Amino acid sequence: MEKNKIRSDHPLDAMLRTDRIPHIWCPGCGIGTAFSACMVAMQASGINLDKTVMVSGIGCSGRGAGYTRLDSYHTTHGRAIPFASGMKLANPELNVVVFSGDGDLFAIGGNHFIHAARRNMDITVICVNNLIYGMTGGQAAATTPCLAKTTTTPLGNPDPPFSLPLLAFASGATYVARWTILHTRDLTKSIEEALNRRGFSFIEVLAPCPTGYGRKNKERSLDTLKIYQERTVIKNGAHPMDAVMDFGNSITLGKFVDHDRPTFSDNYDRTCRPHFA
Amino acid sequence: MKPAVLTGEHFMTGDVACAEGALAAGCLFFGGYPITPATEIAEHMASRLPDVCGTFVQMEDEIAAMASILGASCAGVKSMTATSGPGFSLIMENLGLGICTETPCVVVNVQRAGPSTGLPTLGAQGDMMQARWGSHGHYEIIALAPASPQELFYTTITAFNLSETYRIPVLVMTDEVTGHLSERVVIPEAGAIKLRHRPAPKGRKDRFKAFQPGPNGVAPMAIAGDGYGIHVTGLTHDERGYPGMNVETQIEMMHRLTQKIRNNLDDIIRTESYRLEDAEIVIVSYGISARSSLAAVDEARAQGIKAGLFRLITVWPFPEQQIQKLAEKVRGFVTVEINLGQIHLEVQRCAGSRVPAVLVGHPGGAVITPEQIVDTLKTAF
Ligand SMILES: Cc1ncc(C[n+]2csc(CCOP(=O)(O)OP(=O)(O)O)c2C)c(N)n1
Ligand code: SF4
Ligand SMILES: [Mg+2]
Repeated sequence: MEKNKIRSDHPLDAMLRTDRIPHIWCPGCGIGTAFSACMVAMQASGINLDKTVMVSGIGCSGRGAGYTRLDSYHTTHGRAIPFASGMKLANPELNVVVFSGDGDLFAIGGNHFIHAARRNMDITVICVNNLIYGMTGGQAAATTPCLAKTTTTPLGNPDPPFSLPLLAFASGATYVARWTILHTRDLTKSIEEALNRRGFSFIEVLAPCPTGYGRKNKERSLDTLKIYQERTVIKNGAHPMDAVMDFGNSITLGKFVDHDRPTFSDNYDRTCRPHFA
Repeated sequence: MKPAVLTGEHFMTGDVACAEGALAAGCLFFGGYPITPATEIAEHMASRLPDVCGTFVQMEDEIAAMASILGASCAGVKSMTATSGPGFSLIMENLGLGICTETPCVVVNVQRAGPSTGLPTLGAQGDMMQARWGSHGHYEIIALAPASPQELFYTTITAFNLSETYRIPVLVMTDEVTGHLSERVVIPEAGAIKLRHRPAPKGRKDRFKAFQPGPNGVAPMAIAGDGYGIHVTGLTHDERGYPGMNVETQIEMMHRLTQKIRNNLDDIIRTESYRLEDAEIVIVSYGISARSSLAAVDEARAQGIKAGLFRLITVWPFPEQQIQKLAEKVRGFVTVEINLGQIHLEVQRCAGSRVPAVLVGHPGGAVITPEQIVDTLKTAF
């Protein structure tokens, strides 16, 4: 009898705004798994959660900020990173985590991403890459594979996608990793690691969007997960140039970059504010 | 290292006076992007903020600059940016976020002639309606228009004070001429400058509602990292800050956002009157144009025309009651501004059908001379 009792609590309750559940995410959506990995990593990391802030842009992924009990800021489309940068610079004690979508961070927000990486702003950026604009109903993103069908590329996408790890690396990110929502353990460890290091950390999380991407490309959520299982190769330490993403063939996962260089604040303190050291 | 308040007599440009006003107001964060004729504000902040352990960051564009100052303010620090026309357009997006999330900060617009790239080095007052309505949706805003470097110093302090009291981005709408003008600026002792701070939350953290208005209609503001666990969103939200995708929540939020300004007009609206007591014709002006208007009043009086000046320091919210009251006793209004009729429309609206309201305008790039104003005073009524 006892074991059939429905439990009303959840191990992540302390992290969640339970009064806002149910969430908006569709059945089969990958965002929830990426979000829980983030919550679990935050709990496990030992960082002071009262001093931890989540900042999101706009999109299904961007709704993440609304479901955590942390101080959370749901900003404008693409602008989570500069908002987060302002927070971190104003109060360096804060751990600032950006959780947002591929469209948000790399199309409309692409310029902000590369500049924050260049400055080595001390923030953690988690990008849920579902290859699509989920929230607006499945339009092409800067990450949509060439020839894939979307509502704005009904005959197939003529554009090639960005390689996010390569872009992050070239822009100056000091931590770069790519995982899928099937690799929750690696993903969680990776987020935990990123939270505990200084500098601009970037983690790409591949996640299915059955509603926006799957339907048009005849790919159910389970099919996507199968691809994640069968076609991924973990190559920690691989050069971001070699981090391929060919869904018909091979997808490289792993931690590609992890090195130290002075953050914006390190340099600013040294050059502009040595008298306050 | 210099102190935050540079007490003493100075000869400085309006742009520098504006930056010094910000520092005197306790500004510790500037996110900016260079643009003529506002660049000197950024440059001065870049050299001065380290004196007070503040942070200057040159962002990748004005969209990012505006986002960064909102983030800094949410993290508890007084913050500002300064720009001109093209940058002001980019700022509009996140200005709306600041209004919706009730985030205090100051945005300075050193106006140049537009539209588009326009005349980068020459002044205008063409962004006054953009200041009022430039971001999408309906909202209240506070915009101030100083008329001299000395006033830029004080107005910037006032802008910070109003932004903190009412939890709203405040716009300082100056112009190229005032920004580049060098004049005597007296900076008082630090103790003589009255500073205001955003209302702080009291009571139990777990019961705190981030957007529940206090007695003056303004909600106390919890800062990131203070342990309140707040959610802040640009979506329509209730008093807890939770999104509510329905008409009721929209109505309630709009009521909070607009009433906190409309119910405090006495504190927000600042104007100045010159020779208004017996005036028959009232010049309504602001910023650099108010200085030409001042000279025009004396000249007109010398020629036997009973003119007076009603100078707007607060342009938005518009001092409509004051203008309506004046309309009951004067023969007409003349609005003087370097655009082709923006605040003029407001004056016309408030004057109604009672008395005529005419415009002395200019397409931008030059100041309006007192002679032009006097000519109109002589011929229009
Ligand atoms: C300035 C602006 N342009 C367009 C939109 C509409 N919009 C909302 S979400 C979105 C795309 C989100 O895509 P992504 O970041 O990949 O998030 P997902 O929904 O896929 O998680 C767009 C275009 C907007 N909110 N703001
Ligand atoms: S539309 Fe796609 S991304 Fe958005 S919730 Fe549904 S499945 Fe997830
Ligand atoms: Mg997406």
